[in-house]
Amino acid sequence: MKSFGGPLLFLDRSDINTDEIIPAKYLTEVSKEALKPHLLEDLKLEGFDPSAPSIKEARVVVTRSNFGCGSSREHAPWALEVNGITAVIAESFARIFRQNMFNCGMLAIELEKETLDKLFSLQSKEGLSCEIDLEKSQIQCLENGTVIFSTSYSVDEFGATLVQSGGWVDFADSRY
Amino acid sequence: MGKTITEKIFDAHCVDEPFSGTKVLSLDAVLCHEITTPIAITDLMKRGKDRVFDPTKIKAVIDHVTPSKDSKSATQAKILRDWAHRNNITDFFDIGANGVCHALFPEKGFIRPGYTVIMGDSHTCTHGAFGAFAAGVGTTDLEVGILKGVCAFRKPETIKVELCGSLQEGVYAKDIILELIRQLTVNGATDHIIELHGPVVEAMDMEERMTLCNMAIEAGGTSGVCMPDMKTVEYLWPFIKDDYESKEQATQAFTQWHSDSDASYAKTITLDVSTLEPVATDGFKPDNVKKIKELGARKIDQVYIGSCTNGRISDLRIAATIVSGTALAPGVRGIVSPATPAIYKQAMEEGLLASFINAGYCITNPTCGACLGMSNGVLAEGEVCASTTNRNFNGRMGKGGMVHLMSPASAAASGINGYLTDPRDV
Repeated sequence: MKSFGGPLLFLDRSDINTDEIIPAKYLTEVSKEALKPHLLEDLKLEGFDPSAPSIKEARVVVTRSNFGCGSSREHAPWALEVNGITAVIAESFARIFRQNMFNCGMLAIELEKETLDKLFSLQSKEGLSCEIDLEKSQIQCLENGTVIFSTSYSVDEFGATLVQSGGWVDFADSRY
Repeated sequence: MGKTITEKIFDAHCVDEPFSGTKVLSLDAVLCHEITTPIAITDLMKRGKDRVFDPTKIKAVIDHVTPSKDSKSATQAKILRDWAHRNNITDFFDIGANGVCHALFPEKGFIRPGYTVIMGDSHTCTHGAFGAFAAGVGTTDLEVGILKGVCAFRKPETIKVELCGSLQEGVYAKDIILELIRQLTVNGATDHIIELHGPVVEAMDMEERMTLCNMAIEAGGTSGVCMPDMKTVEYLWPFIKDDYESKEQATQAFTQWHSDSDASYAKTITLDVSTLEPVATDGFKPDNVKKIKELGARKIDQVYIGSCTNGRISDLRIAATIVSGTALAPGVRGIVSPATPAIYKQAMEEGLLASFINAGYCITNPTCGACLGMSNGVLAEGEVCASTTNRNFNGRMGKGGMVHLMSPASAAASGINGYLTDPRDV
């Protein structure tokens, strides 16, 4: 089974769009790896520095509502993926972005605002990381090895299956 | 309980329901461009599956960066071009025949009522204007569409929009859709179809309906959709005339897709367009929409008239009428991008291009270019554009630039004054 988790990157804003995740000028790249240095380059968020080392260390993004709105470019989840970020926790996602994540075998988790607020309240803690258990559908946040936040989540059956099976191409190829 | 048009199309195309609520649909058209398709092509090659489910149902165009501006964009174009030739995709449009996908493909008659359409482009929702289910998808969905001719969707709910009243002079379809996005907000239609009804829609031509449906995605919508009627038939007639005895018969046949009167909707919005005034966006979100008169005399550096939203012949006619006999304000750059070669030629024959050139505009070839800051009109840091496009995101037309979205009339009027201008004031 795939594992998801690690250091968190908090992006405390709603409506972060695909142009902010990866600007269109990089869409002429024909390899996913070439997107790596440009993740979140145009993000409009006070205090955010796209070159900060914490971004390279992050494995999970935590953000607000309507994450990934705008363009259909799968370059947006790819830009996260090539930087080692394979899960995003948000209040909600734009439809195409959410499907693109599942299609790539990445995890898009939606949490209620109240639960998400609790998660955001931890963002200043040093050394915070999370573990996501796919089988139990559970997120745990740890501070120096101690669990300080825990919640269950639900992902629809189709999304969960794509995450487990590695994505839509393999699933569709074996079935249709 | 009756059904919506989308439910009828889903029922007619559903080939599998692998999980509750997930419908796998057979596809009538898979549309491709050179930005999102090449990685799907190279992945298929890597998998040893360089083939297509049906070359007649795949349509491809080089439109985002054309003619190629550098080695990278030339490589993308080449990957798409070689793939189309290799797989006998005859509906492939290259330089000389290419144009903005969501203007070109309808013009070629590729989109029909009741169709399922996907493309690796979020503005695929434009094609809902023909009474189709048309949705933007990512590269992986596109790849499976190319290989297998299917795509999976959660069955969307529908928001019904009734447009009534009559438009004031200087107010257009673009102002209506911007007002709707303001009301819905940028995620108010996520996982929903925006179904457009009412006397205003019925009176609109297909180009205006495409402008409405084009921006459904800016409210998060899966697609916009209009009921196919005589206007739809008139537009498609050259392509369907052998299939029907008369236009009336075709119109009657297309009513099979109309939403039933007792269909169920997530919600209904009624908008009386009579009170609408010319509007534009402010800031970096498309739902931040204000009356141009309230925005004040914001200085602009560039006017851009084009794109899949407003680069069609009716848009150029409206803008040309306003610029005719005037000149761009000193220091303002004007760019017109006719969306397809046919529109370009028509605009030339009607003298519209001459009106633009005489006013100081430059005419580019048909391309998506400046709309997403890839070529042909990128803004510098701090510059402002009065634009007929669909997105005003931070950096969209160039890092540090600001895009105000508006109708072709408002953009043309703004060019004359050099600041955001209500078209009724020129």
